[in-house]
Amino acid sequence: MLGFVIRRILFAIPIALGVSVVCFSLVYLAPGDPLQTVLPPDATAETIAIVRHAYGFDRPIPVQYLIWLWHVLQGDFGRSIATRRLVSLEVSGALANTAMLALFAAPLSFGLGAAMGAIAGWYPGRAIDRLVTGAAVIGVSLPNYWLGIVLVILFAVEFMVLPASGMGQSGSAAFSLWRWSDARFLVLPVLTLAMIPIGIIARSTRAAVAEVRGLDFVTTLRAIGLGEGAVLRHVLKNAAPPVLAVMGLQFGYLVGGSILVETVFTWPGSGFLLNKAIINRDIPVLQGTILALSLIFVATNLVVDLLQAALDPRIRRR
Amino acid sequence: MSETAIQAAAETPPASPMRGYWRSVFARLGRDPITLCFAVVVLAIVLAALAAPLIAPFDPYQQSIIGRLKPPGWRGHPLGTDELGRDLLSRLLYGGRISLLMGLAPVLIATLIGGTLGMIGGFAGRLANTAIMRTMDVFYAFPSVLLAVAISGAMGGGIGNGILSLSLVFTPAMCRIAETASAQVKHLDYIEAARASGASAARILRHHVLGNVLGPVLIYASSLVSVSILLASGLSFLGLGVQPPEPDWGLMLSTLRQSLYVDPLGCALPGIAIFTTSVCFNLLSDGVRRAMDVRA
Repeated sequence: MLGFVIRRILFAIPIALGVSVVCFSLVYLAPGDPLQTVLPPDATAETIAIVRHAYGFDRPIPVQYLIWLWHVLQGDFGRSIATRRLVSLEVSGALANTAMLALFAAPLSFGLGAAMGAIAGWYPGRAIDRLVTGAAVIGVSLPNYWLGIVLVILFAVEFMVLPASGMGQSGSAAFSLWRWSDARFLVLPVLTLAMIPIGIIARSTRAAVAEVRGLDFVTTLRAIGLGEGAVLRHVLKNAAPPVLAVMGLQFGYLVGGSILVETVFTWPGSGFLLNKAIINRDIPVLQGTILALSLIFVATNLVVDLLQAALDPRIRRR
Repeated sequence: MSETAIQAAAETPPASPMRGYWRSVFARLGRDPITLCFAVVVLAIVLAALAAPLIAPFDPYQQSIIGRLKPPGWRGHPLGTDELGRDLLSRLLYGGRISLLMGLAPVLIATLIGGTLGMIGGFAGRLANTAIMRTMDVFYAFPSVLLAVAISGAMGGGIGNGILSLSLVFTPAMCRIAETASAQVKHLDYIEAARASGASAARILRHHVLGNVLGPVLIYASSLVSVSILLASGLSFLGLGVQPPEPDWGLMLSTLRQSLYVDPLGCALPGIAIFTTSVCFNLLSDGVRRAMDVRA
């Protein structure tokens, strides 16, 4: 097991480095000179040269990457072009807000999705299976940004029971989960964000449970005389590893893919920050946010792999 | 199981098992009325988008200052007008062309590039495999929405950049699937036999590996179409895909959202179009997968 853990961690390092290369190259994907945004349009050739030197853009690109990486490793992502604030501060504040959405959406979608999928997989072909499968297809086909708008139309405009957007009057800094006047701002974004993972997890749990249920050992368990409850427990345990992998992936998507939902609800999280950075062509913030989010995704995948190996000894031997 | 399969393959002439397989897939599809229904709906959506210039009642770009955000039926506009007084139905029809293009093109590109790279990666030696698969792993390490947004965000909006970024998002997973399928058959006896009889690597790939890779790759590609439509509309919704005044479902959703309080119905319509298309493609893909699964 220890060997597997070490190998898996060593394997994540080159991936993380590759991710950092991609994030760094985003500057060069952008059309035009990366300095365009910081220089006035009438800058003289001399000023351009000075600024270019100050930002280190006159060095070879691999050297620029290494310098950037060195700073990033020390937690220095540079300063935002739009606000002049430290990128690390902007990103960590936004990440906290995104994490809050994900931490509520994850148990909701994992619990509901797994329960729906397990019931459907236990009764394949029955009416309940059709119902769950249909609901799951709707969940994965819904554009969640549209669902957000519809929920706003219903609950904020028609019934006026929940707020339409933002984090409330106290704002991001003073937001408290224990005050309903603040916490109610979470309800619609969390519901919207949870919809796709519910569908995906219900689908994969159904497939896993239905498959394990048909295996020979289940017949054996019944032949030994185990009750249905005990058989179900065995089936669920054996269906867990693939479902767990999907859940891990979905948690990564909840954190890294919340940009659409955050934009709909103007929730001041990392996706919203990313959207702002794109509009302002604020490359340091763009790089910092994407690097942070994708590294979280890499770390999540690592944790899921280790958890899976802990549950299923066969994986360790690969 | 593999022995009987090889035996069966040896007994039948080389071209016909393939044709027989696809014929049986279509036969199974023909016996599945629900999937056929969704196929008809998908066909209708595609045809409506293609025939937009013929059936659209108004010019989708024609604005009207006095006719903004009018309800359905106002002066012959079947679904009313948008925030600039343009006919909503015409814009939905024309929007379908761009939305479908942005949904289908990335899947096609990713299938071609990812499928080919994966097939080669699974079949080739260790070095080529490592080079291809480790590069793919890096792009696989990004959440898909994030990668699409990052690339389109850095390169700027537009249909071309949107298609490019989505293609890049779908390529790694496609490559992995093709690689697995191709590596599975690499050491089977019939491949060794082909090699021993002097077939070149390209010939073996084309005649003996491709058939085994095609099934899983096509099944995965069919399931990607609805994801791609959702992501592409999402990009346009964020202002990173299709640019105004072009009609596109995601972009319409984002501009009509501003008038949410005045005209909730108009704001819901483009979303219904995206949702319907995405659901139908999803169910169609499920049906195709069931039909292509020989075990069932």
